[in-house]
Amino acid sequence: MPPATAPIAPRRPPAAPAPPPRRAKLLSGLGSWSDRRAELTLGALACAVLVLIGLMVVFVFSKAWPSFWHNGFAWFGGGGDVDRQLDNIYNGPSRPSEYVYKLHAWPLLYGTALTTIAGVVIGLVTALLAAVFIVEFAPSPIRRLLEPVVRLLAAVPSVVYGLIGLLVIIPFVNNHLIGEGRKESVAYVVQLNGSGLIVAIVILSIMITPIMISIIVDALRSVPQGWTEGAAALGVNRWRAMWTISVRSVRPAIVAAAVLATARALGEAIMLSMVSGSRGFAPNPLDGLTFLFEPVRPLAATIVDHSEGLSVTPFAQTLYAFAAVLLVSSILLSLGGWAAKRPLARWSAR
Amino acid sequence: MSAVAPRRKGAKESAATWSVLDRVGLAACWVAGIGLCVVCLAIIGFMFVKGIQYVRPDLLFSRTIASSNEAGSGGYFDPLVGTLLLIVIGIAIALPLGIGIAVWLTEYGRPSGLARLVESGVEVVAGTPSIVLAIFGLAVFQGKLFAFLSFTQQGGGVWGRSFFTAGIMMSLIALPLIVASTREALRSIPNHVREASYALGKTRAATIRRVLLPGARPGIATGATLAMGRIAGDTAIVILLLGGSALTTQGNVPVLNILKGGGSTLTTFVYANSPAGEGNKPDKAYAAAFVLLVIVVALNFGLDLIGGRRGRTAWTK
Repeated sequence: MPPATAPIAPRRPPAAPAPPPRRAKLLSGLGSWSDRRAELTLGALACAVLVLIGLMVVFVFSKAWPSFWHNGFAWFGGGGDVDRQLDNIYNGPSRPSEYVYKLHAWPLLYGTALTTIAGVVIGLVTALLAAVFIVEFAPSPIRRLLEPVVRLLAAVPSVVYGLIGLLVIIPFVNNHLIGEGRKESVAYVVQLNGSGLIVAIVILSIMITPIMISIIVDALRSVPQGWTEGAAALGVNRWRAMWTISVRSVRPAIVAAAVLATARALGEAIMLSMVSGSRGFAPNPLDGLTFLFEPVRPLAATIVDHSEGLSVTPFAQTLYAFAAVLLVSSILLSLGGWAAKRPLARWSAR
Repeated sequence: MSAVAPRRKGAKESAATWSVLDRVGLAACWVAGIGLCVVCLAIIGFMFVKGIQYVRPDLLFSRTIASSNEAGSGGYFDPLVGTLLLIVIGIAIALPLGIGIAVWLTEYGRPSGLARLVESGVEVVAGTPSIVLAIFGLAVFQGKLFAFLSFTQQGGGVWGRSFFTAGIMMSLIALPLIVASTREALRSIPNHVREASYALGKTRAATIRRVLLPGARPGIATGATLAMGRIAGDTAIVILLLGGSALTTQGNVPVLNILKGGGSTLTTFVYANSPAGEGNKPDKAYAAAFVLLVIVVALNFGLDLIGGRRGRTAWTK
């Protein structure tokens, strides 16, 4: 079945039908199968994906249930210091009847929402502008530079982004952007050391922008040229034609790009655990600009930070609860994207 | 990004006649485009300088030793082997699965409701964060049923962390990419090719095997290389399912003992040696990140260089 070793049968008609070598006969399983058998086998393979998703939901939720059960809806609420609550769970008694589960995960949920939404909004605006630039306005030398640039930025592993953030950007922010006065103004609640919301959002948006650009560029290029030419014939300038005709007709692709990018942002663990300050703290918008420098810790980063605690049963169950929240939100995200694309697709270019 | 963008010949209208808002928008486009170039060149330049500064050939081939002392902690031979092993395992599992699913979706796809369900299922897998996949893998592979994939601890608990388990979860990251690119490639083969094959008396299965899969091969290769890049760059699964240590062996069977043992990859090596991890040796982290970046970039651009014939299925056009 692996096609890399498959014989290239139909490319040219064989001059004399020589008996096939033994190896080819071994590999040609699918070729001699009956249609029915092939269809059923491949169909079963495809259904395995659905089984896998079902298993994923069942396993994660069955492991996570005690944490939700013991806290009720307060699990999603605020109150107390999350980090201390996690410590209590980790250090709690080891007898199953005395397990500690008390957790109010609001700061983590809030941190996840904050970084994801801000990152995706910034990324989406940048990606849309850059895609329009690449397709319509860039002079060809710059366009030829931009295409590998986008592919390269999309390919850089997140840990490399995290490393650069940790060793370059955070010291810069700490030394030059946060003044002593600002540090003292919040010193009684939280310590500012450079890592925090703004660094996380900036690096996150750099990470997810290229993914969106490549999807939007592909879509913009498939818009029939006649549509924009028609607009131009009516006296509309290139910019307006681009935004009112092309960008409008690729809205389904924009939704798809945003969904994919949101999924990446939601699940980004390593980079965020490196640069977000790794403290279960809910940044307070009332602090003014200081808000941007306050540390956060999203759910995914929390799981990575505490991965060594997986051997302690109640703590592992708490981590599974975090994973369950992430899983549900990513499934809802896919469904939401699908629902948002359907009404838009009627006017799409594809 | 394959097609060439439409370019108008002749007189280009000057932006000077546009309204202010339109000109601001155009300027924003320029800023976004140039900004991306600058960010990318800064990252590449920075990593290149640091890499040249700190990469030493002897580190590439010396084993990793756990030590708090920078000079004594060895190189990154183990993580390098770990990365390659995971790529091989992940792709070996994901390739047949992904091609099978894609073929079923494009060539059979009956009943159509089920096909749509599978399609969105693949999308859901693509959208699932890798950290969730990792923790799900841990839940599954710590079951008694899968004890043969890792090893059983003293107390009877299954460890659940090995190259096998990490590779299986890595294949789930690779799967959606391979499915998507294979579907794209199969769809781009025109229908008359299929009809010609049926007219020669071939069955559907034989057509797929003999005609469609060879035609889709460049697309499949592209998907597989992208997937390799993703596997090489993933950290969360490795941290949870591989342990992030030096290569350890379990049992006595020559190859199986490595596959059943734990290890690390370049990504976890970078993570562990950054100030966020235990080791805080930025020099080594930079060097390993450079090697990782070279691997990923080679996987992404190598295909263009050696092949240069992506999408060229001459006999279908």
